[in-house]
Amino acid sequence: MLIEVRFHGRGGQGVVTAADFLAVAGFKEGYYTLSFPTFGAEKRGTPVASFLRISDEPIVVRDEIYQPDYVVVLDPSLFESVNVTSGLKSDGMLIANYPKGPEELKAKANIKSKVATINATKLAIEILGRPITNTAMVGAFAGATGILKLETLKKTVEEFFKGALIEKNKLIIEQAYNQMREVCR
Amino acid sequence: MPTEVVWMMKVVRGFYSVAHAVKLCRPNVICAYPITPQTEIVENIAEMYANGEFENCRYITAESEFAAASILVGASAAGARTFTATCSQGLILMSEVLFNAAGMRLPIVLVNTNRALSAPLSIWNDLQDSMALRDAGIIQLYVENNQEAHDAIPQAYKIAENRKVLLPFMVCMDGFKLTHAYEPVDLLDQSLVDNFLPPYKPEAYLTTKKPLAFGCYAPPHVYMEFRVAMQNAMERAKSVMRDVFREWAEVSGRNWGGHLEVVHPDAKFFVVSMGSIVGLLRKVVEELRKEGIDVGLIKLRTFRPFPAEDLRKELSSAEKIIVLDRSISLGYEGNLSIELKSALYGFSAEIISMVIGLGGRDIPKEFLKDLIKNAILGKEGSGFKGVKEFEEVIP
Repeated sequence: MLIEVRFHGRGGQGVVTAADFLAVAGFKEGYYTLSFPTFGAEKRGTPVASFLRISDEPIVVRDEIYQPDYVVVLDPSLFESVNVTSGLKSDGMLIANYPKGPEELKAKANIKSKVATINATKLAIEILGRPITNTAMVGAFAGATGILKLETLKKTVEEFFKGALIEKNKLIIEQAYNQMREVCR
Repeated sequence: MPTEVVWMMKVVRGFYSVAHAVKLCRPNVICAYPITPQTEIVENIAEMYANGEFENCRYITAESEFAAASILVGASAAGARTFTATCSQGLILMSEVLFNAAGMRLPIVLVNTNRALSAPLSIWNDLQDSMALRDAGIIQLYVENNQEAHDAIPQAYKIAENRKVLLPFMVCMDGFKLTHAYEPVDLLDQSLVDNFLPPYKPEAYLTTKKPLAFGCYAPPHVYMEFRVAMQNAMERAKSVMRDVFREWAEVSGRNWGGHLEVVHPDAKFFVVSMGSIVGLLRKVVEELRKEGIDVGLIKLRTFRPFPAEDLRKELSSAEKIIVLDRSISLGYEGNLSIELKSALYGFSAEIISMVIGLGGRDIPKEFLKDLIKNAILGKEGSGFKGVKEFEEVIP
């Protein structure tokens, strides 16, 4: 088993951390994992991508992911400027922060794969007070795919955040996870 | 699900795998200047230092890479175990000092997070920076993954500090591809490293009790002998390294091979490369073998001293050899290819020299597979690969 995931977002939204977070969480559940970013000169607001591989065998390949099983999009405006679904497998899934819902996105992105959406920006502003959508999309990914357990994600939060951000991010992940679970499974 | 996960295994970033290993080696002086993609190595070390995790150690921040290397020359000459990390322009700025460190026979250990050279400015990965220090008298070891980088640090000290060697040691790890990757690393424990790596006890060091001079004036009647001694040390390093690699395999349970690792030694065709791309090549070679192509893989680990004898032995019956370089000696060809052709002088094997992935250009699996397959079939020759068509403007 090898699952390949590509994350798209904008600098400042935590795109790199999203993939890293899931690499740490995946390993906790007994998988081999590898995450890495494509860096530009990292500027806030510019498009950023990161990659995640989850496997039951040691991972040796380090090339970028061109035919992902899943694409996770952290910023709804990216659909205007970046071909985020490039190479997405037809039996794969697009998991997006997209307030207008999956039907509109499916038409807009013109893809045959499954599409699941969540209003992650709203969730992040409500709970964090800032539009940083990475943890919401981490929860959404796990809820939509069922690959990782909610409990594991919550434990991983403690390794990535400090102070008040621990509980807030646990809450975001839980809400996003449950929302997506209802829609997708 | 994997059945055996070693309990010390943790998912960490490449940076941390280096920083943690450095701490376990108990250095006395650490000095560095930050540069992407090395920065988090020294940030992690600085944090550990601030938390009091280093004993008998000074962490010195420097105003440049030149200063950092200079400070370490002084510290190492005074008998300290030293560490620094850098890459690209930082390594080039250090180079004046590093040639001196080698000449003074100082076993400084540095990690180079391989990055392209300017201009144009690129923060991304290739091997051009460390290649520029090929002739410095510095041992160069290239690693494939973050576990190998982690394991390389204690071995580097043990090799560099060996009396028969006494040369700087540079561990070369791919910037971004390794440094920024989170992956499982079996983190060593202190007692294993303490048992493996004794404290550094230099024979000659700066002390007021027995004054010495390092790196002083050498007129023509003595200079050449110093260079011969360095060359002899490099030659001796080959066997010291083999011994240390073997010992490491025994104590850690992880065998990274010798100067080379050979996959499918009886193959008719071989791919030779080094660094993090080797992981992908393993996969590609297995896929090509399933298609009936008798291809093997040589992962070159030690670039200096260059293991020419080992390569001659392993490639004695190869028909065709494809060298994948991620750097070029402008005006000639890929650096590894140049070395390999020299090592294999007199052999009849055809050697195809390909330069790929400069400045962080991704090397996708399918692209690599096609390149190798076509080279074996005689449909692809030497040169740059994966280059877009462009119009060169000649002013």
